[in-house]
Amino acid sequence: MIRNKLNLPQDKIEKARELAVRICAPVLEFIEAHTTVTVERAALRLMGADGASPDGVPVPNLVVDSLRDRLGQGAALWYANALMTKGWDISELNRQIAQGFNVASIPLADRNRAEELASELVRRQLARIDANRAYREAKQEEYKGHNHSPLLYLIVATGNIYEDVKQAQAAALRGADVIAVIRTTAQSLLDYVPYGATTEGFGGTYATQENFRIMRQALDEVMERERRYIYQTNYASGLCMPEIAAMGALERLDMMLNDSMYGILFRDINMYRTFVDQRFSRMINAYSGIIINTGEDNYLTTSDAFEKAYTVLASQFLNERFAYAAGLKPWQMGLGHAFEMDPSIKNSILYELAQAQMAREIFPEHPLKYMPPTKHMSGDIFQGLVMDNMFNFVSKATGQGIHLLGMLTEAIHTPFMMDRHIAVETALYVMNGIDAIMDEIEFRPDGLIVRRAQEVLDRTVKFLEEVERIGLMESIEKAMFADIARPRTGGKGMDGLVEKAPDYCNPAEKALESALGLKGRK
Amino acid sequence: MAQIIRPYGDTMDDGKVQLSFTLPVPHGSRAMEAARRIVLAWGFHDCEVVHAAPMSDEFTFFVVYAATRHGIDWDTVEGDRDDSEKSMTMDEINTFIREKIGRKVVVVGACTGFDAHTVGIDAIMNMKGYNHHYGLERYEMIEAHNLGAQVPNEKLIEYAEAHNADAILVSQVVTQKDSHVHTLTEFIELLEAKGERGRFICIAGGPRISHKLAAKIGFDAGFGRGTYAEDVATFIVRKMVQEGRR
Repeated sequence: MIRNKLNLPQDKIEKARELAVRICAPVLEFIEAHTTVTVERAALRLMGADGASPDGVPVPNLVVDSLRDRLGQGAALWYANALMTKGWDISELNRQIAQGFNVASIPLADRNRAEELASELVRRQLARIDANRAYREAKQEEYKGHNHSPLLYLIVATGNIYEDVKQAQAAALRGADVIAVIRTTAQSLLDYVPYGATTEGFGGTYATQENFRIMRQALDEVMERERRYIYQTNYASGLCMPEIAAMGALERLDMMLNDSMYGILFRDINMYRTFVDQRFSRMINAYSGIIINTGEDNYLTTSDAFEKAYTVLASQFLNERFAYAAGLKPWQMGLGHAFEMDPSIKNSILYELAQAQMAREIFPEHPLKYMPPTKHMSGDIFQGLVMDNMFNFVSKATGQGIHLLGMLTEAIHTPFMMDRHIAVETALYVMNGIDAIMDEIEFRPDGLIVRRAQEVLDRTVKFLEEVERIGLMESIEKAMFADIARPRTGGKGMDGLVEKAPDYCNPAEKALESALGLKGRK
Repeated sequence: MAQIIRPYGDTMDDGKVQLSFTLPVPHGSRAMEAARRIVLAWGFHDCEVVHAAPMSDEFTFFVVYAATRHGIDWDTVEGDRDDSEKSMTMDEINTFIREKIGRKVVVVGACTGFDAHTVGIDAIMNMKGYNHHYGLERYEMIEAHNLGAQVPNEKLIEYAEAHNADAILVSQVVTQKDSHVHTLTEFIELLEAKGERGRFICIAGGPRISHKLAAKIGFDAGFGRGTYAEDVATFIVRKMVQEGRR
């Protein structure tokens, strides 16, 4: 149970949530009326579409590309129609498509039967996801109490999945609860998901379904040995948000970086495209029991962390609203924030404490994702280690949920194995040493910490009022978020946006909406 | 008279250094001895393995203190740039431009190629700057255009042409597999193919970029860790005046 120590005015928190509902409503209406190439590809993956052509074009892309003129009807229908007409099984259909067979060349035989078959295919894939979820929950129950609090999160990024496995296992053995395989630079801008195991990447490793499977197996080995559940994390972001979510669901990933606006602001992806993509990706995450991690930390690396603290809280409210609208539960919402304040500001650590506690109290059931200092890490590894451990202190003292361990060599190189070792050892020291601190400390009602939190909440409400007045898309066009202006028709991927036809068919979406209780929402 | 310098621990010329590293061996007394031996093999003496910890079944982490007899002649050392040449302040730069150039200086910058990190270019260009050093956008006499990250080299050049830039800043943060060298080289090659290398002052920047590396690739200057906006601006305006660019 989270104790209220900051005396934050409840009416202001409620007001912010009401504003978020009103801000998101017109966007949700737009989303409802549209689909995208990657939503359709994800729908196909949730029917069993898989594989790639000899030159590496994934089967879901081949299908969707062949249907561009009628994508408003949904790709599912045509995939099922081809399967029915040809009498093949799924793997044969995938093989034929990979070798050049065009599902669009088969006339629609019996629409009702094709839809029924499509729904049946979805049921089979969802059954696999159900089994994954049940397995995860059983293991978490079996190893209950063996994870750290907050969960210690470490990144591996070698470019080679087999090398990643070694580093990930070493990190998990040392105490990491969560392993994220960072993606290769620019994967977010690919409008397809590469196929198969990969050994080449820049600054990270390709997210592919096979790479997911390889890492899952490696982490499960450590889980059994350590009797501690190891969470696997990847990135349902960029131009293929829903497809990565689908692949993650099928391979039992546990967390996904997944933000409603990150792609627009920080990757210059078209805003219509992102809004539509994020909804379907979040429905898949919701259904598969995945915890999303949102990207508010990025606001603080581009803008000043002291002055722009309210943009983080505002974005958290919007991410929360979009998450609810996609069926996610609070326990699945790892809302992001970061320890990025300029260390030369007097009392900077107390302000960080205030903001972390504020996030904790406003989102009491959410496993907040807390990010370490990066912007002010200088290359002085000794100073950096102290900063990381003040961050560790604040995180533990405010009960954060998911704790990304800082690296003393941040801004120097991708972490060495020993950098991670030092990060884990020092964090465990700090967190063990102040284990009961949350129950021990209170804040002076008129003190600096309480005042700072109330001030940030005040400014957030004012900011959200302004966004509501102008409209969310217009606010993004006017650079109100992260000081970055993105025109609504600009950015990458807008040509992949399609208006749904009156006879649009997407049995995966239908099944998820029904399971998540989103049915009838207009 | 040569001035030989060596590391300083607590006595002149004691040659003391601290090292930390990982060996792919299981933790134990053999690992400790291996660490000591490998440090001796590097030419150190008085080696003391003060800490050894297992990181997994196959890897051990060490902290080691040792001493070296090797020194170098300080008089023969040349830095990446002339340390006596001090950068001007923001105000001095604005005055310099007003008096010696007489119009706003146009600077265009981006992190190019696949590199997604805006942190470097933002530190130099954004209004706010970094570590209490204002960025170029804040300079009254500089017109700064920050195009962000993942900008193709072609696009950056086209933008610089369209806006009649005086200088182009190319930021590279990711250096895995020498991707920064490839991207920077491609940038210069593109400019040369267009016959426009001489048109712009070209500057490369990033935590792992040195002046020497940048100059070797064909840039006018390179700026690494610890660089602020005024260092870059000072270089640009001095060079413009030196070369009679107006």
